[in-house]
Amino acid sequence: MLVHSRKAKWAVWAVFLLLFLPLFALPLLVVLGASFATHWSGVLPSGLTTAHYRSATRGEALQALTTSLVTAVTASLLALATGTWAALAGAALKKRHRRVLDALFVLPVAVPSVVVGLSVLVAFSQPPLLLNGTRWIVIIAHTVLVTAFAHQSVSAAITRLDPAYEQAAASLGARPAYVLWRVRLPLLLPSLTAAAGLCFALSMGELSATMMLYPPDWTPLPVLIYAATDRGALFTGSAVAVVLMAATLLVLFVVSRVRTRASYR
Amino acid sequence: MAEAVQKARVVRGRSRSSPRPFGALVWALPPIAALILFFLYPLALVVQQSFHPDTGGTSLQPYADVFASEGFRHALWTTVWLALASTAGCLVLGFLLALVIAFVPFPGAKAVARFIDVYLSFPSFLITLALLFIYGTTGIVGSFQFLTTPWGVLLAEVTYFTPFVMRPLLAAFSQLDTAQLEAASSLGARAPRIVRRVILPEALPALAAGGSLVLVLCLNEFGIVLFTGAKGVTTLPMLVYSKAILESDYPGACVVAVVNVLISVGLYGLYRVVSRRAGA
Repeated sequence: MLVHSRKAKWAVWAVFLLLFLPLFALPLLVVLGASFATHWSGVLPSGLTTAHYRSATRGEALQALTTSLVTAVTASLLALATGTWAALAGAALKKRHRRVLDALFVLPVAVPSVVVGLSVLVAFSQPPLLLNGTRWIVIIAHTVLVTAFAHQSVSAAITRLDPAYEQAAASLGARPAYVLWRVRLPLLLPSLTAAAGLCFALSMGELSATMMLYPPDWTPLPVLIYAATDRGALFTGSAVAVVLMAATLLVLFVVSRVRTRASYR
Repeated sequence: MAEAVQKARVVRGRSRSSPRPFGALVWALPPIAALILFFLYPLALVVQQSFHPDTGGTSLQPYADVFASEGFRHALWTTVWLALASTAGCLVLGFLLALVIAFVPFPGAKAVARFIDVYLSFPSFLITLALLFIYGTTGIVGSFQFLTTPWGVLLAEVTYFTPFVMRPLLAAFSQLDTAQLEAASSLGARAPRIVRRVILPEALPALAAGGSLVLVLCLNEFGIVLFTGAKGVTTLPMLVYSKAILESDYPGACVVAVVNVLISVGLYGLYRVVSRRAGA
């Protein structure tokens, strides 16, 4: 549309590939390649092996994967419940109150996650709620960090919702709870699953707040990757990183299947 | 019939402004209470710690100590210039790439747009991990210390955050009426002129929204800097981490945290105002 001559088009595409491939595709390919290698001093990795995967799928690494999955699922479900509740309650408020609620719930996006970690650490290392050293402190920090994203995407979906459906249901005598359960939530289901996927992905890759407060018996995958690279085991670290990416993508794929099935109803 | 209409009107009235404002407020209370308990109260404790450390006494001494230290001023400067430079880089690069995907489409452009969505779901430190192989001491390019300089962090941040600019841009471009481009083109305007006079004005709201989001995310970025393992590059989040965890200097960490929060929240507030005004 913008460029008409054939030659110019090819030139533009060449520039695009020159920028896009090294910047975005190369990092992922490098991590993938390194996870199968033992040396990398030339252009291509050498000493191909699957030993890193064997160590990345058992023992400490397997435990870290379970830890990450449990943390991410718990945090996303809690965040989804809180965020959806807040978004639904906010939709019923007056405009002035709703803006205050929205501002409160987006605040965790703006606050650095390291500071969220520090504040949770400071607050729950002292009575009345002594959680330092337990897995709950990690889950709480993750929930706080992802609730903002759940709230944002659900409340955006609520404003796009056609009010005719709930009005029709209510005019036929349905109680508010029934309208919510049988009309509004099913209509919101696609955006709810999308929000759940987003929260899950963010929580799986969360490093900053986790570094501030993980207890020794609750080490999520990113922390393990950092520990591996910090002691110089870059190749093992990449294998664990590939496991992390694969687990995230797998769950996102399953969640997106739920979404397509819901939208056909 | 009349009753149904009456009822429908009441329902519509409720969805606009509640006839029971008190009930709606009560329903909003539980999530707000959870937010206060798990987010605002801990944050308030951090502010309190920065003025009133556990060791006793209320004073501005921690602030004076931190502001006087060379390390803090250096970290503040590094954080701000890195964030500004990364944002500028992301804006230029993201605009160019989104322009090609939207207006000079090629086979597979859809797949590239899908790839960008997937890219956003990966953690940021993966980029630094990859750069360690490419530019690290035993890497592909060789043994020069590129990654331990701020330029390595800059490259990683531009790489990771550019998709955050491209997504709103692609959304904005898909709403642009292509008839405008055809008209400009048939009147003899060349591509650079069309970009400057037609596309850029339409893209400004998306650029402003994406750019300020990236600025805040860069100010708060921790994983990328941590993974470079560079002693020479210290940003504010890194300083919070090293003071709290490595040195156990909690009052100092709280002071740096308060400064970091003030900068980030101020900028994020600006972002919300800009994006609301732009209607994004």
